[in-house]
Amino acid sequence: MAQNIQDQIVAIIAEQAMIDPSEIKLDQSLEEVGIDSLGLVESIFAIEETFDISVPFNANEPDQTDFDISSVAAIIKAVEGLIGEKNS
Amino acid sequence: MKRVVITGAGTVNALGLDVGATFEAMREGKCGIGALDFRDVDRLAIKIGGQIHNWDAEGRFNRQQIALYDRFTQFALVATEQAVKQSGIVFSGELATKSGVILGTSGGGLTTQDDNYRTVYEEGKNRVHPFVVPKLMNNAACSHVSMEYNLKGPSFTVATACASSNHAMGQAYNMVRSGMATAMLTGGSESMLCFGGVKAWEGLRVMSKDTCRPFSLTRSGMVQGEGAAVYVFEEYEHAKKRGAEILAEVIGSAMTSDASDIVMPSKQGAARAITGALQDAQINPEQVGYINAHGTGTAANDKTECAAVADALGAHADNIMISSTKSMHGHLIGGTGAVELLACIMALKDGIIAPTINYEEPDPACALDVVPNEARDANVDIVLSNAFAFGGLNAVLALKRAS
Repeated sequence: MAQNIQDQIVAIIAEQAMIDPSEIKLDQSLEEVGIDSLGLVESIFAIEETFDISVPFNANEPDQTDFDISSVAAIIKAVEGLIGEKNS
Repeated sequence: MKRVVITGAGTVNALGLDVGATFEAMREGKCGIGALDFRDVDRLAIKIGGQIHNWDAEGRFNRQQIALYDRFTQFALVATEQAVKQSGIVFSGELATKSGVILGTSGGGLTTQDDNYRTVYEEGKNRVHPFVVPKLMNNAACSHVSMEYNLKGPSFTVATACASSNHAMGQAYNMVRSGMATAMLTGGSESMLCFGGVKAWEGLRVMSKDTCRPFSLTRSGMVQGEGAAVYVFEEYEHAKKRGAEILAEVIGSAMTSDASDIVMPSKQGAARAITGALQDAQINPEQVGYINAHGTGTAANDKTECAAVADALGAHADNIMISSTKSMHGHLIGGTGAVELLACIMALKDGIIAPTINYEEPDPACALDVVPNEARDANVDIVLSNAFAFGGLNAVLALKRAS
């Protein structure tokens, strides 16, 4: 299941960045992957729709929310946390 | 070139249902932002806005009118009635053919669209009211104003998102200035506070759940408002001849395009618009006393706007006052510049600068005098009003105290 979440998130980010999922490294930031602020908002929307979760993210203060977006791995971890909260 | 003066003003917004009540609220730093009240609001993540709660449509309009007037048209008509009454202008004969209406709006009859999409999609009905199209069209407000007051000259609606009203008023100004029109009714109207309207904005994730805190380090985004403001822009000699009271003089206007990004503002585009307005008005930066900021309360706008003001005004940026009244009435999108022009008129006419309320903590990236929380007495001769829209379309107006 965990692997599955990771693959799905990587696929969402890859689609947004218009690159192949295999080109994405987990320690990369979204900026390094080639995603701008609009792409970030769209990626979060796709994540919410895919996992049926609500991501606490305000574009005015992207660094100050509880949702860590500093790298692909951080996003995966945060989404796993939100899915865990939903299921608990 | 003709001189252009404002001889009438009218408004309805979350702070008040006329100019007097709005001035009073701005003087007192009242906040018109509160809980939204409309169908399905419980399904929204954003539940606050500068909504007009005591709007009595049935008391203001008859059944036939309501069938044709979306809320944004109703707002525009009531604001116009006040402006025309104050001005005392009567549009007949040659004046009627030489006068027109230019209004800004972004969503037009969005509530009408929302209601009728519900009817066909959610309720599965196959029939809608016959007047849906004339009610929802963006030029409905403009057309009804022209019909009600007999204006037969150049009339149209401007849609440049958050700069719609400033573009509209800039255009009206240039028409009177050039002699193309003797008087113009101009301003803007917006009513996006319905389920679909707010739901769409939620998606961008720039909306605050708390309140609007422009220029404050603790800002959390923008808050929508609704309403209208309409003005009579009149050729100076015409106004003088009929003994009209002059509220302020419009002395400059500039419009620019960032040509860069669909949502992120550009400092250069904004600064060029400010500088352009100064050049158009043939004034120096040192003559400006107050700027009504675009000041949306988003990080992107506030930081860019302050940098643009500093670029355009140079060292004088530290001497001027700049406030965002969106902190009080919310962001009226296509109608916002029109309502904000009231703060400019209040500054010039009454010597009172409207504050930026809800201000908590200075942001080093917005290190200007933002008139935090309390209105201020000040003697200013020249003011600017900024509007910078999504899509990078900017419009700045320059006004002068009546003389």
